[in-house]
Amino acid sequence: MTDKREWPLWEIFIRGQHGASHRHVGSLHAPDAEMAILNARDVYTRRKEGVSIWAVPANAIAASSPSKKGPMYDPAEDKAYRHPTFFDIPKDVGPM
Amino acid sequence: MSQPDPLLEFLLRMGDNTLVLGHRVSEWCGKGPVLEEDIALANTALDLIGQTQMWLGLAGDIEGKGRSADDLAMLRDAWEFRCTLLVEQPNGDFGQTMMRQYLFDQWHLLQLRALKDSSHDQIAAIAAKAEKEVTYHHERSADLVIRLGDGTEESRPKMQAALDLLYPYVGEFFEGDATDKTLAEAGIAPDPASLRGAFDAALSTTMDEATLTLPDSRFTHKGGKTGTRHSEHLGHLLTQMQWLQRAYPGATW
Repeated sequence: MTDKREWPLWEIFIRGQHGASHRHVGSLHAPDAEMAILNARDVYTRRKEGVSIWAVPANAIAASSPSKKGPMYDPAEDKAYRHPTFFDIPKDVGPM
Repeated sequence: MSQPDPLLEFLLRMGDNTLVLGHRVSEWCGKGPVLEEDIALANTALDLIGQTQMWLGLAGDIEGKGRSADDLAMLRDAWEFRCTLLVEQPNGDFGQTMMRQYLFDQWHLLQLRALKDSSHDQIAAIAAKAEKEVTYHHERSADLVIRLGDGTEESRPKMQAALDLLYPYVGEFFEGDATDKTLAEAGIAPDPASLRGAFDAALSTTMDEATLTLPDSRFTHKGGKTGTRHSEHLGHLLTQMQWLQRAYPGATW
């Protein structure tokens, strides 16, 4: 068992404004989800940074392995045709 | 000695409570038990100091002698302060600080909710702004009192000791005098005693959840709110808080 005196780590995501998506802003320690939200409010929204907070147990996040960086990402390097920059977009469409 | 202006007296009571408690809570800055609590306490302290600027700013205007909120905060001596005895009590351990905070927040929230309907527009406006901050303070302090009370073999006795120590300071918030009577009649502020029922109900709910036992005795220390008998702790607090302005009068940055 983990030492109960050490609080688990939470990853904090904050949505800056309505319509935007939540973005990772950092992490903190808290004994449970409710306290994680309160702590996030105090640590990460002191300057009106957000309108919504998500707290996710850090150990619930599955992460890709840094050692597999080459096979994972390098193959995309010379495939410029995957970027949608080869189309002429009519002005009427506006920003996409 | 002339009678103090009741409105000025009331504003000093509000502002001195938030000033002295704000300073007390700020003493935790950099020494909190964990980083997250340290920041949360500093936020609370800053909220309270912000509210002080509004209360004492208005007090200075009402007084009409050109004294600013800073002048009132930094250049009065202990007997001129009108804070309750509870807020000047030392921090003790973290549990004791949170118990003091909860007892104050519970009263503060009820007081501000009543003041939102004040016949005095500026007081109603300050109360409306402060109430949002204090709703959060109360949520946090009640939550921590419950968690630590209904906590471990180590935390529970500490919280019970904190309650036993601080409960005898609670009654002062509900003691009324001529100032309170005048303001209640003018619809400016509630009669202090009128808040006791709601306070007791909330307190007993919180303490039940925290598995803590309220002391039987309703005895209360008093003399802070009227300025007639502050505890010795206030003088020590002011010595530190006012040191810079006393040593370097008028210093700014």
